Amino acid sequence: MTSRTVVLSLVVLTSFAGLEGCRRKVEPAPTPAAADTAGAAQRRADALAAQAAQRRADSIAAANAAASRDATAASDRQTQMEMTNVLTQKVYFDYDRDQLRDDGATTLDTKAAILMANPSITLAVTGHTDERGTAEYNLALGQRRAATVKRYLVGKGVSEGRMTTQSLGDSQPAASGSDEAAYQQNRRAEFAVRGMSGALMRPRD
Amino acid sequence: MRLSSVRLLSALLIAFPAIVLAQDTTSRGVRIGLTYDPGTKPGVVVLPVAGVAGDSLAAILSRDLDFGDRIAIIALDPAAARTAFRAGGPNWVLLARLGAAAAVQVTPTASGMHLAVYNVATKQTALIRDFRAPAMSDTRAWRAAVHGLADELEESLTGTRGIARTRVLFERGGRLWMVDADGQGETPVGSASTPGSPAWHPNGRTVTYSTYVPSQIVVQDLGGRPRAIASGAGVYISPVFTPDGGAVVYAHGVDDGVDLYLGPLDGSGARRLSVGRGSDNVSPSFSPDGRRVAFVSGRAGHPEIYTMDADGTNVDLLTPLDVGESAYRASPSWSPDGRLVAFQSRIGGQFQLLTVGLRDRALKQLTSDGNNDDPSWAPDARHLVFVSNRSGTRQLWVIDAESGRARQLTRGASARLPAWSPRIGGS
Repeated sequence: MTSRTVVLSLVVLTSFAGLEGCRRKVEPAPTPAAADTAGAAQRRADALAAQAAQRRADSIAAANAAASRDATAASDRQTQMEMTNVLTQKVYFDYDRDQLRDDGATTLDTKAAILMANPSITLAVTGHTDERGTAEYNLALGQRRAATVKRYLVGKGVSEGRMTTQSLGDSQPAASGSDEAAYQQNRRAEFAVRGMSGALMRPRD
Repeated sequence: MRLSSVRLLSALLIAFPAIVLAQDTTSRGVRIGLTYDPGTKPGVVVLPVAGVAGDSLAAILSRDLDFGDRIAIIALDPAAARTAFRAGGPNWVLLARLGAAAAVQVTPTASGMHLAVYNVATKQTALIRDFRAPAMSDTRAWRAAVHGLADELEESLTGTRGIARTRVLFERGGRLWMVDADGQGETPVGSASTPGSPAWHPNGRTVTYSTYVPSQIVVQDLGGRPRAIASGAGVYISPVFTPDGGAVVYAHGVDDGVDLYLGPLDGSGARRLSVGRGSDNVSPSFSPDGRRVAFVSGRAGHPEIYTMDADGTNVDLLTPLDVGESAYRASPSWSPDGRLVAFQSRIGGQFQLLTVGLRDRALKQLTSDGNNDDPSWAPDARHLVFVSNRSGTRQLWVIDAESGRARQLTRGASARLPAWSPRIGGS
């Protein structure tokens, strides 16, 4: 048994003792049988009721505490998931362009905050294009899109060495089809998160 | 219909032999002075070939000459086939009536093939040659020998060597393939995954290509193992050999645009050629003398075709700068005679093939049917292989840049990124 466990046990024992003390105070004093029987019965009933009420209150408090612990864990899980989703959220581009749109910049701002709060994380950024144009130029365009994303995040304070860039051109479409709806889904930068050893720290507001 | 008008014209010319085209003797092979109208193609009859492989030999030969687009093959009906050649020799009267300028006869021999060419106008045997060929059972090598004969025959008849004995390298289903120029003999090349932009070494036996997972430039002897000459972060795209075969020029970039680099074959220090200042510079194609390079650059805001000296200096815009919203010109291929650059340009929402003259900058549109990409010149500087979806799927097609005649080269699963080989040696 380690010393810390001993201390913990002592604390637990002490608090039990305290609890006993409290209860003893509520315990009714013994009363002479010859005294007012009705009054005595009343006092006894009151004391029992008080005891029951106390026990009920204790169990409700315990249940509340447990529920609260569960809620915190759930909310943590949700935050973790949300942060992971933000990190992997795609950034979309206009046709034959590598400039960030406003929605892309907003997405990258939230990514940057999480990256700043979690310095062990690295990002692999992959640029993609729609099927129009040549395979060769599209590979170059995808690389430029990945580079634009990296440059923006560096501008937000994320260190350069935490990001790699590559391009898959038009070879890995996210949506099939030869219409603008599919093309828009395919003109994108994707993010793979590496170095997630434990829970993500929430960015400071 | 076209054939009969050619016949008619040829018949007229034979009747009135005022227009006679005397052609120069070429340095390679024997040249036959055929009589035909300069504006038409000489009519040629391929005489029936006896023997086991006779029919296929005559068929391959006829198709090769036809695909060359410099000769009008005159088909024989069964009656004519029986009487076109008799014990005494060619049936001159019949051949003249069919409008043939020449008749070709191939006879299989113990060691190969015996070729005789008859000049119909002079009623003389114009050429006799023997070709070595492997046994018919070795189909691939035997076909190559027949293609070689067809190419020499085309040179004898027209002054220009044929392209039957060449191959086209392309990408299909994540691997490289080769197909003979007549569409036969499709063969996978190596097992490389995700290959892009293959190109031939001038020796016709070595190829280079890029892969994007991992990102690298690979050089590989056909039948040998691939070896990376450049790899690392970012992209490695569109390698081509320099015309002297000593190095590879490719596009590479990480975080500051994509530029063209000259990389020695031993993988040692590459030198940057283009100065793109953050733009994309890809798809190099050398002039045949190796002094200039055509390439695609986005430096003006959209892809256009430029030329530069082989050291990266003296950059010129080649295509007229079109500032339209959807201007997009790409995939230059410099013709082996140095006169033209073929490329693709977006016209009405689809890509079409065009050529631009190096001297006069004159534009000529070659296609208008479907979407057409990635032209690559044949060594005759007349035919181009390209990708088209006109048949419903993305297939390789060949077009004669002079007549506009097109034929489908591949069938089956989608194909792309074709590269036409140089003439392949051997006998």
